[in-house]
Amino acid sequence: MSEPVQVVPMHVRLEYTVTAGRTYSKYLHALAHKRIIGGRCPRCTKVYVPPRGSCPTCGVPTGDEVELQHTATVTTFCIVNIPFGAMPFPPPYVVGALLLDGADLPILHLVRGIPVDQVRMGLRVRAVWVPDAELAPTVESIRWFEPNGEPDADYKTYEAHL
Amino acid sequence: MNEVLSAGYVLEYTYTRSVGKVIGNFLAGLREGRITGVRTSSGRVIVPPTEYDPDTGETCGEFVDVGSSGVVKTWAWVNEVRPRCPLKHPFAWALIQLDGADTALLHAVDAGSIERMRTGMRVRVRWAVERSGRIEDIACFEPEGA
Repeated sequence: MSEPVQVVPMHVRLEYTVTAGRTYSKYLHALAHKRIIGGRCPRCTKVYVPPRGSCPTCGVPTGDEVELQHTATVTTFCIVNIPFGAMPFPPPYVVGALLLDGADLPILHLVRGIPVDQVRMGLRVRAVWVPDAELAPTVESIRWFEPNGEPDADYKTYEAHL
Repeated sequence: MNEVLSAGYVLEYTYTRSVGKVIGNFLAGLREGRITGVRTSSGRVIVPPTEYDPDTGETCGEFVDVGSSGVVKTWAWVNEVRPRCPLKHPFAWALIQLDGADTALLHAVDAGSIERMRTGMRVRVRWAVERSGRIEDIACFEPEGA
């Protein structure tokens, strides 16, 4: 009898077509024009980025479109140390929860331009966009965020947005 | 500007699975063109082999080769073939009890049309041209006498 087989490739692959919907599509189209838009709930006044079309707390349409600054505060972050297939860069790199100025919920994006062990809560960052010719309706129109040189944000300014 | 966007999205996990000694033996047999089961303490032959007797929980005993032909116990016809199906045209998934086995193996039957499929029909293995110790070493089963 020959040697038993030790391992087999067990490849799981699911192919989807994702439809963004009206509201998220508008957000993506805005990114192609170097604009970041959110939606404000008329009842609780929270600004959702990306806009959701309706407020999950109040259950009402978030009709008011809000344009946001390209600056943000790092609320929390993660240093990625383990490589995987879809990684954007060789590790280590940082993925941060970034609270754009004027928004009430953070977005997730890359934080670069600073050694990973110096990234911290409260760090102030700004969006780094791709060259204009490469702008497209995708979150990747923002390459990453990098420190903008401002002093760290006080914890009290973002503690309600963690 | 108000166009609703859609895009492809692939969720993919490139796992490598450790198969263990028992399935490892089964797969090594396939590589050599043999289909191997395991005998339980009560004398039943389980194909594909399991580490433990599903009836008693006892460790299974010796490996035994079974036939490369068998009987379709039940089946389902596949009209719309998916990209990763073992065949590129409509076929049946079937539970096949091989000669000498007491349990059935799930595999594809290349019957050509649903009219040729019936429970109780005899089928035989069609081996893949190149075999490497995977279940795909069995290309499919085909009706006997075809």
